[in-house]
Amino acid sequence: MLAYIIRRVFQSLLVLLIVGLVAFSMFRFVGDPVDNMLGQERTQADIDRLRGDLGLDQPFPVQYWKFLGGAIQGNFGVSYRQGRPVADIIVERAPATLELAAVSGLFAILGGIGLGVFTAIRRNGLAANAIMTLSLIGVSLPTFLIGILLIYVFSVELDLLPSFGRGEVVNLGWWSTGFLTQSGLLALILPSITLGLYQMTLIMRLVRSEMLEVLRQDYIRFARARGLRERAVNFRHAIKNTLVPVITVTGLQLGSIIAFAIITETVFQWPGVGLLFINAVQFVDIPVMAAYLMLISVMFVAINLIVDLLYFAIDPRLRVDGRAT
Amino acid sequence: MSDPSLTPIHSETPERPLSEPVLSVRDLIVEIPTRYAVLRPVDQVSYDIAPGEILGVVGESGAGKSMTGNAVIGLLDRPAHIADGEIWLKGRRIDNLRRDQMRAIRGKEIGMIFQDPLTSLNPLLRIGDQLSETILEHLPVSRAEARVRALQALDEVGIPAAAERLNSYPHEFSGGMRQRVVIALALCAEPSLVIADEPTTALDVSVQAQIIALLKRLCREKGTSVILVTHDMGVIAEAADRVAVMYAGRLAELGPVAQVLKTPRHPYTDGLVGSMPMASAGKERLRQIPGSMPRLGSLPDGCAFHPRCPRAETRCRQNPGPTLGADHGRAACWFPVGEVS
Repeated sequence: MLAYIIRRVFQSLLVLLIVGLVAFSMFRFVGDPVDNMLGQERTQADIDRLRGDLGLDQPFPVQYWKFLGGAIQGNFGVSYRQGRPVADIIVERAPATLELAAVSGLFAILGGIGLGVFTAIRRNGLAANAIMTLSLIGVSLPTFLIGILLIYVFSVELDLLPSFGRGEVVNLGWWSTGFLTQSGLLALILPSITLGLYQMTLIMRLVRSEMLEVLRQDYIRFARARGLRERAVNFRHAIKNTLVPVITVTGLQLGSIIAFAIITETVFQWPGVGLLFINAVQFVDIPVMAAYLMLISVMFVAINLIVDLLYFAIDPRLRVDGRAT
Repeated sequence: MSDPSLTPIHSETPERPLSEPVLSVRDLIVEIPTRYAVLRPVDQVSYDIAPGEILGVVGESGAGKSMTGNAVIGLLDRPAHIADGEIWLKGRRIDNLRRDQMRAIRGKEIGMIFQDPLTSLNPLLRIGDQLSETILEHLPVSRAEARVRALQALDEVGIPAAAERLNSYPHEFSGGMRQRVVIALALCAEPSLVIADEPTTALDVSVQAQIIALLKRLCREKGTSVILVTHDMGVIAEAADRVAVMYAGRLAELGPVAQVLKTPRHPYTDGLVGSMPMASAGKERLRQIPGSMPRLGSLPDGCAFHPRCPRAETRCRQNPGPTLGADHGRAACWFPVGEVS
């Protein structure tokens, strides 16, 4: 078990290195940061000097090597645009994105599993069919459109919820939270639904099909033949067996909730790392982009590792602990 | 059945159970409505089972053996349903019970054993927990007491080191051991009837005999009646007291095992018995019944067996065989083997 974890961590490090390499090789195609940093009245000498200062005249493997050297010490360089250390900027922005992702992730998981189980158990019911039809909308509508529709209905027409920003935040040390104020909580609702709706419908459809599959299994039939109550059959015997495949997809979906918060954060002007990244791309702010991409890959790799460990927790057949004879 | 010409030919007095039957199935009809026609996988089946009796039910795949068992325990998969007939359990009619009333009977009064022990147990739950939950559902005992009973149940089915094995998961057992666990689960609430649906089909031949012997011994000890569904005449010969032969949803023959095997009356039973491999007569080629059982959607008119029957006459092509019930003789045939009409 320990050897397995260590092996996985090493694999993960390799993945991170490759992701960084690919990212760096692509930055040169995004544009030239120097254009944005110097004004209209620049000379070739200015450009060359700045290039030299930033190390942009070096081949990208060298740039990458320097970035790695800094990253290991927690130094991600200085933002071209803001002139502040990237690490500081990201730490400042991360709470907004993490809180948004946590709420929409929770919404997606609870809603997805709950509705998935419901539509599987009542698969011929009217409500279940209505939910399944509506879920097609969630799967097929693009995120930005959902966000704009929600803003139109709940902010513009009904004037119930704020259309942009985080509301008031409370600072707990370096962490700024919107959970403790009413306006902060209200501001979370629309972006969370926007961000989580696609994942929720996806999880729901997956849970439903897995659950239907499990309900056909012999051990469910045997559980019924033993006279167990429907509730025990559904929630004790069936759900646990649906979870293994569901966890795989759900884990990766939660990763993409953070990664693709970019669109939602843009629509709702949410001051998180996604918005930071979009602005960085526009300005060709290489240190910010590099740090963001590395952060996202660390997260995906970590989620994958956690998902694999969860399998062990759920499915005893994967545990080899010598108890079996 | 008012037309006297349709009365079956009796050859002997019907077997009457000595005491009040545990289970009485009367003219049971199971129907499956499909888009084109209404299929009848079980057609007017009647039988009784006495306390402690083992009734073997044989027939080919699709003859309605399992469907009858599922109807008795109330686990027919939609759209199959009981269209007509009655099922009585210890003097109580159970085919028309509400769903929750029927659920309370399952496991408590009627246990069931499935064919494949590898898939019958929930892979994610310890077998001790699966036993306890069944016991707690049906018997008024505490958790600790249920645990003790679970241990006893495992012990009874011959699982070594039962106390440790309570904490094992199903995948830690072999196929034969898992079927023992399944039997323990089916019997742990001490039902008066167990439906064993091909309990040995998925097992090794060497394990089959052990499982049958175990089932037989436990049911003798506890006085449990058994419906033993199988397509293996050898298993019937070994374990059952009486045997019901099914063909295309109908009961073809019903009688004590020794009699049916020795002097089969229905031509189909005759064919089945003739196709049994005997250790003593290993040289000859086994007899076969020509043709195959008709599909449910395309049953022939008259007796369903007549296209394959060597004794078929005009009457067989026009009238279905006599319905076999508790008091309608032994074989559902107009011209039984060994009789001159």
